[in-house]
Amino acid sequence: MSIIEQVTELMPTLLEQTGIMLWIVALALIFGGICGLILGLLLYVTRKGGIMQQTVVFWVINILVNTFRPVPFIIFIAAIQPLARQVVGTGIGSDAVVFGISIAASFFIARLVEQNLMAVDPGVIEAARAMGASPWRIVRTVILPEALGPLVLGYTFAIVALIDMSAVAGIIGGEGLGNYAVSYGYRQFDPVVTWTALFIIVIVVQLIQAFGNILARKILRR
Amino acid sequence: MPHIALKDVTKEYPAPQRGHAPTVAVDRVSLEIEKGDVFGIIGYSGAGKSTLVRLINALEPATAGSIEIDGTDITRLSAARQRQMRTGIGMIFQRFNLLSSRSVRRNVEYPLEVAGMGKAERRRKALELLDFVGLADKAGAFPEQLSGGQQQRVGIARALAADPPILLADEATSALDPETTDEVLDLLAKVNRDLGVTIVVITHEMEVIARIATKVAVMDRGQVVEAGETYSVFTNPQTATSRRFVRTVVRNLPTGDELTELRAQHEGRFFTISFTDEGATEARVFGALARAGVDFNLVYGGVDSIQGRVYGLLTIAVRGDAAAVDEAVSSIGSGVTVEEVHA
Repeated sequence: MSIIEQVTELMPTLLEQTGIMLWIVALALIFGGICGLILGLLLYVTRKGGIMQQTVVFWVINILVNTFRPVPFIIFIAAIQPLARQVVGTGIGSDAVVFGISIAASFFIARLVEQNLMAVDPGVIEAARAMGASPWRIVRTVILPEALGPLVLGYTFAIVALIDMSAVAGIIGGEGLGNYAVSYGYRQFDPVVTWTALFIIVIVVQLIQAFGNILARKILRR
Repeated sequence: MPHIALKDVTKEYPAPQRGHAPTVAVDRVSLEIEKGDVFGIIGYSGAGKSTLVRLINALEPATAGSIEIDGTDITRLSAARQRQMRTGIGMIFQRFNLLSSRSVRRNVEYPLEVAGMGKAERRRKALELLDFVGLADKAGAFPEQLSGGQQQRVGIARALAADPPILLADEATSALDPETTDEVLDLLAKVNRDLGVTIVVITHEMEVIARIATKVAVMDRGQVVEAGETYSVFTNPQTATSRRFVRTVVRNLPTGDELTELRAQHEGRFFTISFTDEGATEARVFGALARAGVDFNLVYGGVDSIQGRVYGLLTIAVRGDAAAVDEAVSSIGSGVTVEEVHA
């Protein structure tokens, strides 16, 4: 069988697996993205000198993020299985994978959001305070809009990291393109599967990155 | 009742390390600002003037003392009431602080959104203010497309949007070139004159004070060392800090090398004569010296205009025997301050 025939035969399966991968990533992005945004925002506003300084809240979240974010994902996804069983009813399969990635992504995105918000000019926040705006209004109308361009780039970066995580999540029986490449390419010594999967992932990542760049550029008017 | 009254206001920041004394940024400052004043606060960087202005709109809480606006002590208000109070105090900044995510018009609308005004009315009001500052054609532009002077004019329009009776200007012209500075100062003078807004101007440039401030307070190391009518502080500064600031604008006194050079060129004793518009004129000074029959030369100085009033500062060299010179100098008369230059 020629390589072209083999790839043609593989394609429907690989595309299906790509779809599953994107579905897992999309769900994890929604859950992890929202939780990460909230955690990052809390870190930013509660820190010393922040607009809603709350030292205790800051330290609790800070320690939580610092503890879990550096854990290698392959260990994290296994370690969180008991919690997954409690929350989504199973420790294996795609549901458990979405759960695990969402939690890991929350911590990861929290730092990313915090760092992007730190870059907002403190002068514009002071100006909003001087105009009588409340802290919550400042978050909605100053901090988030002013940081939107960098946040879009940050989230684009996060999506690529989630694709990476989704491949690792094969260890607890998650489906998806990355896991397929490991199971049927690497473990069965079939470089055609590995390389075709790699090729598809590269294209998907390029498309996502390009879309993120265009969107950010539009927001930043550059 | 003064419009804004500060009584023994102190602002301390906690010590950076345990065992160190706290940093005193503002030290027992008392000031009274009347309705319609353009009140200048001048000092070197680190003198505490930027902190002081942030106490007036409670962006920073005062450590001690009271700050009354129309009789209400704002240091005692709840956070919500302080926000309410801030809508009545506009503020402009050295670096303009416009929102880059919003168009010029929507920047000006911001305080109106905070005040809960409807969309159509906000838009109308914002355009009206942009017209007032001469930027009606830039309503749809974004801040980064404007020059520094234009951005500051947008800042002024935004600060005035909610019709505040008070405007705080924190080094509003320090990031601008001299020409643009003049434009912005003219606009501030117009705001004061046409809208009756009381303006507090923070600056380290005495020229700004000379141009628009009716009254001035000089700050040094957290304290107000001198305060009064701008004209009297310029013509009769009482402290070394004030004199240094005055000299940056009134360059009519020879110093150091200049004085040595003048001494080499001119014989006789040197006197510095200062006169204000309430006292003598140049002609009377020279007339008196001529009548006394001594030989004199004008070696340095000239006449300045401060707040539209005259201020002269002349250095003369007088030749003749000691008694005759003393006699001549004392004959100049009242309304003039004469001091011999000894250095």
